[in-house]
Amino acid sequence: MNNSFIQINNISKHFKEVKAVDDVSFEIKEGEFFSLLGPSGCGKTTLLRLLAGFEYPTYGNLLIDGTDITALPPDKRPTNMVFQNYAIFPHLNVEKNIQFGLRKLDLSNDEIGNRVKDVLTLVKLEGYEERFSNQLSGGQRQRVALARALVRQPKVLLLDEPLGALDKKLRDEMQLELRTLQKNIGITFVFVTHDQQEAISMSDRVAVMNDGKIQQLSAPNELYKNPKNIFVSDFIGETNFLKAETKSSDGEFINVSIEELGEFKIKNNLNIAANSSNVVCSVRPESMMISKVKSDWDICLDAKIRQTSYLGEMTRFYVEVQGIDKTITVSSQHFDNQSFENNECFISISLEDISLLNKK
Amino acid sequence: MNEKNNTLLIYTLLYFGFLYVPVLFLPIFSFNDANYMSFPLAGFTTEHYEEMWSKRNLHKALWASIKVGVVASVISTTIALFAAKAFARYKFRGEKISYGGIMMPFLIPEIILAVAILIIWINLGFKLGLVPVTIGHTLFCTPFAMLILIARIEGFDFSLEEASRDLGENAWGTFFRVSFPLYLPGIVAALLLSFIISFDEFILAFFLTGSDATLPMYMWGQMRFVQKLPHVLALGAVIIVFTTFIVLLAFWLRNVGQGKGKKDIAVKL
Repeated sequence: MNNSFIQINNISKHFKEVKAVDDVSFEIKEGEFFSLLGPSGCGKTTLLRLLAGFEYPTYGNLLIDGTDITALPPDKRPTNMVFQNYAIFPHLNVEKNIQFGLRKLDLSNDEIGNRVKDVLTLVKLEGYEERFSNQLSGGQRQRVALARALVRQPKVLLLDEPLGALDKKLRDEMQLELRTLQKNIGITFVFVTHDQQEAISMSDRVAVMNDGKIQQLSAPNELYKNPKNIFVSDFIGETNFLKAETKSSDGEFINVSIEELGEFKIKNNLNIAANSSNVVCSVRPESMMISKVKSDWDICLDAKIRQTSYLGEMTRFYVEVQGIDKTITVSSQHFDNQSFENNECFISISLEDISLLNKK
Repeated sequence: MNEKNNTLLIYTLLYFGFLYVPVLFLPIFSFNDANYMSFPLAGFTTEHYEEMWSKRNLHKALWASIKVGVVASVISTTIALFAAKAFARYKFRGEKISYGGIMMPFLIPEIILAVAILIIWINLGFKLGLVPVTIGHTLFCTPFAMLILIARIEGFDFSLEEASRDLGENAWGTFFRVSFPLYLPGIVAALLLSFIISFDEFILAFFLTGSDATLPMYMWGQMRFVQKLPHVLALGAVIIVFTTFIVLLAFWLRNVGQGKGKKDIAVKL
């Protein structure tokens, strides 16, 4: 396994004054399912297009499998792309669409036939050879786009929000299917999405982007549990931000005063400076406990439920807590909204579930 | 509500009547057994059509018009295709100015264009004839062809071209395997309309033909003699039918397969 299969070295892409991608460097491993995640305009699509060769970087260079591809046109790169709108050629049927990219590969007719057959089986589209794009559903088009790219056996498959146009149920199915497919064929996938749930559920590693920069690059569970900054914490999942101020530090731990709740000793994973007001605490809604009676957790607060929403697998409570001047969101699997008398409840927090972050 | 609809209906009928009734007289009188265009009709005859076939000069003029039309439409559509692609696809400096520049012959009076070409052509020491007519027609047809092609190309999904590049085709391969087949209905529509515009064009031809008459020039020449009028009517009727057919075909082609598959075109055919 090559750990630096794709090397992105100090890549910048400027469109006039706009720095779409701003001095980004990282590596992607061979056979990895890698996601670029971020809100629209964060530079993720530009980065993917730089890899595909539809854009050329203003600065920096790109290597795939040891070869510098920075200046190569798209047709000379070992990459293939699944487009957001699939870009199925409307004047060609499914078979011709899939054969399109094989012409330049110098294959025998038998080989072409076999490859097309195999890839159609792979994406479960046998029997659709004669169909045209307008006779296919969204999911089928997506499969054609996938087949057309995979039939060339690229070193890297680039996917530009390929599931965005599908309805929720189909999207969930395709997520699972794409993931299985990738594991089976072992090709490196670079997947662009704005959907954090999608990125987290499918990827080996995720790079969260904002303002043209990588905010955090790590495994999905790390992103969720140990966000490196306020952007990642906010973008991945849901969270409550609490006003905070750091006091004295003893290296591993730091004393933090949170809202009006008092001072607590919190693990300082991000080496945040002592005596700073430029910090914030983040607590996930599901890491807190809501209960009818007082608990013995590190922090237990009197609270009043203002609103509840029942979401099926869990209930979300919007609560007012003494000493915190805004509504806190708490999720729980165990209660429905009838459980509490006069909406009185207790909210418990464990100190290890509080992440301390720099504000910017 | 009903009353309002009736008013609109009358207006519409009047409009189309005013537009097409005079034109309808042409075929009617072309079958009339008389030299004058006047009622009552004298009797049915196809004699004028037979006479039309026998005119050598008419054949020559028709051939001249076809040559000019084919060359002018091919050149203007080619220029228009490149221009339309640039305008529809890219943002570039001088975009508005070049667009205006190409559209100009559409707006300036044809007679001025004709006189301008005439003066330059004579001063360059060239002879009048079909060549300057073709050049004039190319200039005049290009904006029409470009408008048709821009409409076609603007609805075009450019990620198809990127997909082609991504799948290993170079720029030329992409043009011939993806862009050209998808632009084709638009290109044919532009060719047909350019040809018809050139085929019917009179003013530029009038100034620039010299002795090689085009068809409209021939007709104009014949109109001066009363006894020759009927076969010009016959010719006019034929041209109306032919032109209408081509224009309808061009408009149909312009819309066909817009963002749809070849299969659709086949079904509609």
